[in-house]
Amino acid sequence: MAEVVGGLGTSHVPAIGGAIAKGLQQDPYWKPFFDGLPPIRSWLAENRPDAVIIFYNDHGLNFFLDKLPTFAVGAAPFYHNADEGWGLPVQAPFRGVPDLSWHVIEHLVEREFDITTCQEMLVDHAFALPLQLFWPDGDAPPAVPIAINTVQHPLPSISRCLKLGRAVGEALASWRGCKRVAVIASGGLSHQLDGERAGFINKAFDQQFLDELEANPDALSRYSIHDVVELAGTQGVELLTWVAMRGAVSASSKRRHVNYHVPISNTAACQLLLAP
Amino acid sequence: METSRRPIQGTTIFDGAQAMKGYALNKMCFSFNSAENRAAFAADEGAYCRRFDLSEAQIKAMRERDVLGLLALGGNIYYLAKFAGILGLNVQDVGALQTGMTVEAFKAKLLAAGGGNG
Repeated sequence: MAEVVGGLGTSHVPAIGGAIAKGLQQDPYWKPFFDGLPPIRSWLAENRPDAVIIFYNDHGLNFFLDKLPTFAVGAAPFYHNADEGWGLPVQAPFRGVPDLSWHVIEHLVEREFDITTCQEMLVDHAFALPLQLFWPDGDAPPAVPIAINTVQHPLPSISRCLKLGRAVGEALASWRGCKRVAVIASGGLSHQLDGERAGFINKAFDQQFLDELEANPDALSRYSIHDVVELAGTQGVELLTWVAMRGAVSASSKRRHVNYHVPISNTAACQLLLAP
Repeated sequence: METSRRPIQGTTIFDGAQAMKGYALNKMCFSFNSAENRAAFAADEGAYCRRFDLSEAQIKAMRERDVLGLLALGGNIYYLAKFAGILGLNVQDVGALQTGMTVEAFKAKLLAAGGGNG
């Protein structure tokens, strides 16, 4: 039986990848963001997960609008990063855990999630950045990517993403292939890139979201996706990945670390650690 | 498709109607993941747009770097960002273009959203 050691959340603004590539971690603009990472790295060094689940959203690298799954689970031995069109250095392939992927897939379908399974799947900055940030020496454990559609509406509801996360948590609890698994959410928090409202950030909503995510995630279901767009911005809907992560970790998990900083690029950036 | 949703100021929801309207435009921008395609676009923008069957209105908006126009014509920002990448624009530049602000003013607005600090 695998133990879910905790849940981690981080923003994944592409410019963070540029900052890493240029070694700008101590630059005054970037320092408040990167300063949030050492407590998470220490926790990971103590808790040593053997594998990670990553809930993220694809930004038009692997998926296009011709076929766009609501939920897609990777089932590959390796996941390749590739050119996204805006000059980020392409990362070395990331290791997968196909056995764990199929175990999660089996369980999700049994729980009536009609997912898409991917034996080949390019992974973009949203998948790569959390691993680069949390394991800067390149020694990240192998991963199972789970992509949630945040591009084309209709999007899955908060309630649905919470249930998805809980079903993944159940799958991990019955997994015998490794001992310790961490669950990562990549995205958010509030931001909007498009339209006359570009640059919209909502600190009050983000703080309330973080509080409820920890203490009472079911209450977040009162927000429709339209509400989330209004309150967190068109790309703030990426917080669905955080909701899924919350579902996968134990209900009694508490906030062990949080770093919230506005702005990184156009985004309210955050790193979070939830653990029992 | 739902048409009675309350409007959100300055915001277009990328739903089925927008996704159909913008399919060719977004497909072209999706092709910009490849360096070879970015070079082909840069070599002859008009010809590249026609290869992807963009509408005349979309071709005009591409030519004029009219981001709000491209969004109204079905463009999705995740794909349009790859076009912005070709132009060497980051998301603050694109935010400034859409809000009619200078890039400096747009960045100041983002800083103000943090209330000074996190």
